[in-house]
Amino acid sequence: MTVSYDNSKIIFDGIKAAGITSISALPETWLGLLLQRAEDDPEISLIQVCKEEEAIGIAAGAYFAGTPHVLLMQNHGFFGAINGIVSLAQLYHVPLCMLVALRGHWGEPYPWHTRGGIVTESVLRALGIPFEYARRPDDVAKQIREAYTFSQSSLSPVALLLTRDLMED
Amino acid sequence: MRRAGCIEMMYPELEDKLVVTIMGACAQELYNLGHRDNFFYLQHAMGLASSIGLGLATHLPRERVIVLDGDGSVLMNLGTFATLARYRPKNLVHVVFDNGSLLSTGGFTSHTTSGITDIAAIARGAGIEHAVGVSDVTAFGEAFVDALDRDDLSVIVAKVEPVGPDHYGMDLQLPENAFRFKRWIAERRRATGAAS
Repeated sequence: MTVSYDNSKIIFDGIKAAGITSISALPETWLGLLLQRAEDDPEISLIQVCKEEEAIGIAAGAYFAGTPHVLLMQNHGFFGAINGIVSLAQLYHVPLCMLVALRGHWGEPYPWHTRGGIVTESVLRALGIPFEYARRPDDVAKQIREAYTFSQSSLSPVALLLTRDLMED
Repeated sequence: MRRAGCIEMMYPELEDKLVVTIMGACAQELYNLGHRDNFFYLQHAMGLASSIGLGLATHLPRERVIVLDGDGSVLMNLGTFATLARYRPKNLVHVVFDNGSLLSTGGFTSHTTSGITDIAAIARGAGIEHAVGVSDVTAFGEAFVDALDRDDLSVIVAKVEPVGPDHYGMDLQLPENAFRFKRWIAERRRATGAAS
């Protein structure tokens, strides 16, 4: 299994088509090709973080500044960012548009990803974070645009879960 | 040296700058001097004040951003120094008030109390060129003026006494603070032709 070159490009183009000009991220395998494109694109401001919770602060700063921003992270990084999501984003009504690589789900060969994959949806529900699964390349650009729109109108974190069907060839 | 005195010294300079504070005593002491809509008080999410500052400074290169942090908070997000060093926003001054104490949560000693952990050294080790430690008011004032004059990322670690305000409370709801802060920035961008 390899990371999908074509779908990484489709997702990146979808981010740009949604009017996003700023990205925070912690690199992980599925997001690698996407982040290379972001790094090489002079129209995109990319901030790479040490830990995903930092990105919640950066995203809040971008929002206050009026710059459309998305966060790219793995689901395990999302777990590590939860206090920031709850005690900054939700508490202060700061929107977050999170694209989350859903590792450890259907077809997962690596044992270390599995517990996180199994509980991701339950954790999102417990936190009251609206989410959708992105499975098909034909739909993902629209899903990104809609996720961003909804985050802004609801002043809430939202998550688009990037699945294996989309991210691997 | 007391943090309240340092903040009072800084206060006249903060009128036209974006200020992000940590929770508790630090937020209250700034608020007590007179709230302004360009002040954002991060009353929770410890560690993220400097990350908000980085997001602001990156996306508003023509604004000056001042972060008022603390030892307990910044110890929760030491990676922030590496991220700041890597992206090096020239318009950010990161002040860390090091009172060696988790004052707002009962005064437990923090890891800096014994003097073993040196936050300015951590910042320098992370790659921040202009990171100084100060322990008296004159040195603090000089470091702050230098940081404002310098067109580069600056970290000031100020050793202060573990004392806070005699009361807590703000006539400001948390989302209201966020909404007004965002609006202040938007209005200023409009006034300056959205060039920032």
